[in-house]
Amino acid sequence: MAYDDSSDSFPTPFPTALKVLVAGGFGVGKTTFVGSVSEIAPLSTEELLTQVGAETDDLTGVELKTSTTVAMDFGRITLDERHVLYLFGTPGQERFWFMWDELCRGALGAIVLADTRRLENSFSAVDFFEQRGIGFVVAVNEFDGSFRYDPEEVRAAIDLRPDVPVVICDARIASSGIQTLVTLVQHLLTAVPGGPGQDDAVVQRDDGVPLDGQVSL
Amino acid sequence: MSVTVPMDGPWLDEAAGRLIRPYTVSGGRTRPTAELDLMSLVMATGAASQMYFGPEHSEALGLCQGPTSVAEIAGHLRLPAVVTKILLSDLMDSGAVTVRPPHNFDNPSDCSLLEAVLDGLRRQL
Ligand SMILES: Nc1nc2c(ncn2[C@@H]2O[C@H](COP(=O)(O)OP(=O)(O)OP(=O)(O)O)[C@@H](O)[C@H]2O)c(=O)[nH]1
Ligand SMILES: [Mg+2]
Repeated sequence: MAYDDSSDSFPTPFPTALKVLVAGGFGVGKTTFVGSVSEIAPLSTEELLTQVGAETDDLTGVELKTSTTVAMDFGRITLDERHVLYLFGTPGQERFWFMWDELCRGALGAIVLADTRRLENSFSAVDFFEQRGIGFVVAVNEFDGSFRYDPEEVRAAIDLRPDVPVVICDARIASSGIQTLVTLVQHLLTAVPGGPGQDDAVVQRDDGVPLDGQVSL
Repeated sequence: MSVTVPMDGPWLDEAAGRLIRPYTVSGGRTRPTAELDLMSLVMATGAASQMYFGPEHSEALGLCQGPTSVAEIAGHLRLPAVVTKILLSDLMDSGAVTVRPPHNFDNPSDCSLLEAVLDGLRRQL
């Protein structure tokens, strides 16, 4: 099934469920971000890991040994009667990133949180979404006492493509998180006319769609 | 499987979650009978079930009186997603809940969907 068009044909009361991933290195503010924009109390959803560290959807063989889990932050924003946005905070540790493949499936896009004190911790998340053609924005989470960089300095340091928006955000403040999500969706909209993914987003800059997601805050 | 995990000792640490014995809750079943995604929406039908369910089933049913995602139900139950999916597929099989699969955003030209999301987000500000 290439495209689930059930959103229009499926009887009410089910809304359309959409998701955005919140990624970034260890301790960068993912849990904080998801918690502050979510309308429900912070929840975490656990996936079961087998001993070899693979995610499993099958309990065969785990019955006799204790298993371990990895938790993902989970949040919800009801957009209107027909659309609900779910946020998944991905596990910070790279060794759990195999889980992202499933999480990525069907996602609208992603927010990569970055901490200017440890920008290199965000490199792998940026690579990950670039490789999979998933639209993302980089949100610089300004921690107290960290040196302030402007978005263009961050862009250069991460070696980001010019079309990827960089914004400053405070993960503790709901409106700042929502604004970051707005920037993400605006960015995704700029990539719409050209076809699949973000790969040719740069050459779409002349299509008349304002790139207002790229403001320097 | 390309995951590299040190095999020379216990790899559990504080980054991995708590230890659990999921088999007990799932009543011995090892996989869900239905395809369920973390974002599948589940809702109680109100139909009285003929099957006998354990307390976790009842709790799961209580959590989805309105459309509720599998991830959210799993979070509230504090059970791993796979165990929650087994419980929910039992409830589906008995007719106690209906399920709607998530919308897969793999049509990048779906402008109207993105605009609906944008409008919804702006209303939050
Ligand atoms: N000053 C400041 N502190 C923040 C901000 N965002 C998060 N923090 C703090 O930074 C710490 C780490 O934040 P978390 O949200 O737990 O980070 P995380 O990415 O979920 O961490 P892991 O899941 O361990 O990878 C917490 O103590 C937060 O309170 C921010 O925008 N500004
Ligand atoms: Mg966290």
